[in-house]
Amino acid sequence: MAIDIVQPTVGLSKIAVSETHGENSPYFAGWKAYDENPYHEIHNPSGVIQMGLAENQVSFDLLEEYLESHQEATSWGKKVSGFRENALFQDYHGLLAFRKAMASFMEQVRGGKAKFNPKRVVLTAGATAANELLTFILANPGDALLVPTPYYPGFDRDLRWRTGVEIVPIHCESSNNFQITPEALESAYDHARSMGMKVQGVLITNPSNPLGATIQRKVLEQILDFVTRKNIHLVSDEIYSGSAFHADEFASIAEILESRNYQDAERCHIVYSLSKDLGLPGFRVGTVYSYNDQVVTTARRMSSFTLISSQTQFLLASMLSNKEFTEKYIKINRERLRKRYEMIVNGLKKAGIECLKGNAGLFCWMNLSPYLKEATRESELEIWKTIMDEVRLNISPGSSCRCSEPGWFRVCFANMSEETLEVALRRLHEFMDKRRNEEMSLLY
Amino acid sequence: MEVGLNNTQKFLSKIATNDGHGENLPYFDGWKAYDTNPYHPQTNPSGVIQMGLAENQLCFDLIQEWIMNHPEASICTPQGGFDFKETALFQDYHGLPQFRAAIANFMSRVRGSRVKFDSDRIVMSGGATGAHETVAFCLANPGEAFLVPTPYYPGFDRDLKWRTGVQLIPVVCESSNNFKVTLEALEEAYDKAKESNIKVKGLLITNPSNPLGTFFDKDTLKTLVSFINEKNIHLVCDEIYAGTVTDDNEFVSIAEILQEFPTICDHNLVHIVYSLSKDMGFPGFRVGIIYSYNDTVVNIARKMSSFGLVSTQTQHLVASMLSQNDFVDNFIHESRTRLAHRHDLFTRELAQVGIGSLESNAGLFFWMDLRRFLKEPTFEAEMTFWRIIINEIKLNVSPGSSFHCNEPGWFRVCFANMDDTTVMVAIERIKSFVHETRMLEIKTKAMAKTKKQCWQNNLQLKLSSRRLEDIMSPHSPLNSPMLRAQN
Repeated sequence: MAIDIVQPTVGLSKIAVSETHGENSPYFAGWKAYDENPYHEIHNPSGVIQMGLAENQVSFDLLEEYLESHQEATSWGKKVSGFRENALFQDYHGLLAFRKAMASFMEQVRGGKAKFNPKRVVLTAGATAANELLTFILANPGDALLVPTPYYPGFDRDLRWRTGVEIVPIHCESSNNFQITPEALESAYDHARSMGMKVQGVLITNPSNPLGATIQRKVLEQILDFVTRKNIHLVSDEIYSGSAFHADEFASIAEILESRNYQDAERCHIVYSLSKDLGLPGFRVGTVYSYNDQVVTTARRMSSFTLISSQTQFLLASMLSNKEFTEKYIKINRERLRKRYEMIVNGLKKAGIECLKGNAGLFCWMNLSPYLKEATRESELEIWKTIMDEVRLNISPGSSCRCSEPGWFRVCFANMSEETLEVALRRLHEFMDKRRNEEMSLLY
Repeated sequence: MEVGLNNTQKFLSKIATNDGHGENLPYFDGWKAYDTNPYHPQTNPSGVIQMGLAENQLCFDLIQEWIMNHPEASICTPQGGFDFKETALFQDYHGLPQFRAAIANFMSRVRGSRVKFDSDRIVMSGGATGAHETVAFCLANPGEAFLVPTPYYPGFDRDLKWRTGVQLIPVVCESSNNFKVTLEALEEAYDKAKESNIKVKGLLITNPSNPLGTFFDKDTLKTLVSFINEKNIHLVCDEIYAGTVTDDNEFVSIAEILQEFPTICDHNLVHIVYSLSKDMGFPGFRVGIIYSYNDTVVNIARKMSSFGLVSTQTQHLVASMLSQNDFVDNFIHESRTRLAHRHDLFTRELAQVGIGSLESNAGLFFWMDLRRFLKEPTFEAEMTFWRIIINEIKLNVSPGSSFHCNEPGWFRVCFANMDDTTVMVAIERIKSFVHETRMLEIKTKAMAKTKKQCWQNNLQLKLSSRRLEDIMSPHSPLNSPMLRAQN
């Protein structure tokens, strides 16, 4: 059955026929190219290398090792007697052991600099669901959430599609490394108001996707002051918190709140997931952590639409409550990501390409603006298409992340082997060399 | 942390601050009573027995045996561990192809292989709860409505309405014809909506029915399909209990209607909701399915499934289990047999003490008729009697009013969520209650022959005075000829 056939849409809802799911954007066209011609070391060495998917594959061996040595704990025991209880468990509070394990893991990721109460952990099937759910709770249709650009393309769907809520961008610029400024916050707020929208909150991703950088503590304080002044919410998507290369370079909003004795905390909510830090996107493990009791209660009720499989809760409760394992995992995972990052940034540098100085995440924010014909979105998409067709790399254009400056690209590095990354870098190097030679020859 | 904000109403959304979650309904009082005093054969033999939860616990032995013999189905074992990484990374909202194939296979076998399902039309959701909400988002705009025959599952009020803004309009069904859905009732509900300027977008049926435990006959299904086709509205069929029909040959799925009468309606109007929560007894695994005959709905629902995908770990297990036809066929057969046995046991024992129920042969519950026990034929009397059932008989059953039943006195009683011993305890408690009530009536009648003033002082009441007041009604079973005959 072809999925692209447009059927008559009589009798469906407005939500169903809208384009807000966002899948017709270039971001997804790259995926198509990859799907049709995927790189394989042996079977398809000239295929498209997928660098548009922010997956973490660098630490699976650690997970597999854990499973091998903890059979009893992870598979309902020898006689499978725990199966029945597990299969029946549908309480939206979630398995207590799992909630405790999540809270403890979140604390460990933050080096113990903030405490998390298992009672405030609400479970959802992935961060996708968590962000949508929070939006349903914090804003009415037509209201606005302010989101710094560039941002994760999925937000256009997650925050807006079924909720009817609008995203108003907080414009960030390369001149100060895309940091969020108080001026930009105010400007976005005023712009929303001028369009007749009620602003209900600010949503930040920290560490940032696609920038691959943590938000500085000072900036977090400013954002917190801003939302307090305006009496609005702050959602901090900390899905990449375990992917900061150096633990001490990441400051969570939780730490700021703790340092302020939780004053004004009830406007703050954290989204987390195991899809990036643990590399388990298929398991659909997300969480909303709110300092607001009513939000916790309501979110928990809403989680009925998107609970985590109790089978998965059971497995991960065991894994994440083993503090020796998690500590080791977090440390090694950070190191491996850092190494990968250095590898790609140095490789790009050799090819004459600069990146934003990053310190977290599964990607780097690459600057090709010097190579654009003109400083336009069209030029950006042109070079993107060339990289796709000639270099055969699927990378994500900044315009799909609503970046206000053309020429930036998100390049993922953790979803492949080192060898494949080397191939990708080599191809890019060759491409840039070829371009330079062509330009040189044009001069003569 | 206390919520210390002013204007909480404005600070959170309307959806967050309304009652759309449905948890403030009396329906949940029974649950609270159970939670605070749950029955346990050894540690709390006088606790409340849970008969308000439609779970299927009768066949876990079969499943456990299968799991022990198939370690490769789990990605955590040495045999299955090879699949761990690939499974953990797979987040494609199409779902694992083998999972979809297994579900299509299972759905077909549950229907006696009389009909085939296309695995490309299988869309995942966060349980049937997630499926219903997603279908509502796809088919209706805020303010538009679905018709739903009463009595219906209380969860629909949350699932279809809460975040979608969609309305539910009851299609009233009556005990006089065993709660069958009639064309008149459909037309009446549809016209009523029209008069109120509400656009009807679809009809939602649960087949087999929750709470009735009955299923639609072929003619009624055809009538419904013709109705929706004529009105050009959608038909959503929740077939979550399809596997609980005790005699497989009798159940007719909407899929069979479309197969046998392909021109009966525009297939783009038909959508099935399914889940493994009832037939397999896996509510914790959150395996919800949307199966639509409408390509656009499949496409959009699939995109929406990002908000409620099935864990690939679970997809992997289910794919393995439900693709093994020997196991599947045996499981379905055994489950049906055990459910039938349970159902018959209960209804037979209760009939002995004059308690009847709607004739049914599906579901994990039966629809008990306690109309004669009510002081008056009102919902207040139903709630009062219900509180007695919870607090004194110590059974959590569900009052018909929570299912929007139009007639007081009906109660849904779940029977598949307990072991055999507990079944006997529950039956005993009901029988004792009826017996005591009868004894009280005999004593009272005898006393009534003497001076009216005397009985109030002399009567030794084992029951509370409140209970007395409620039992001594013209509608009590004490006047039943069957009871008198047994004296």
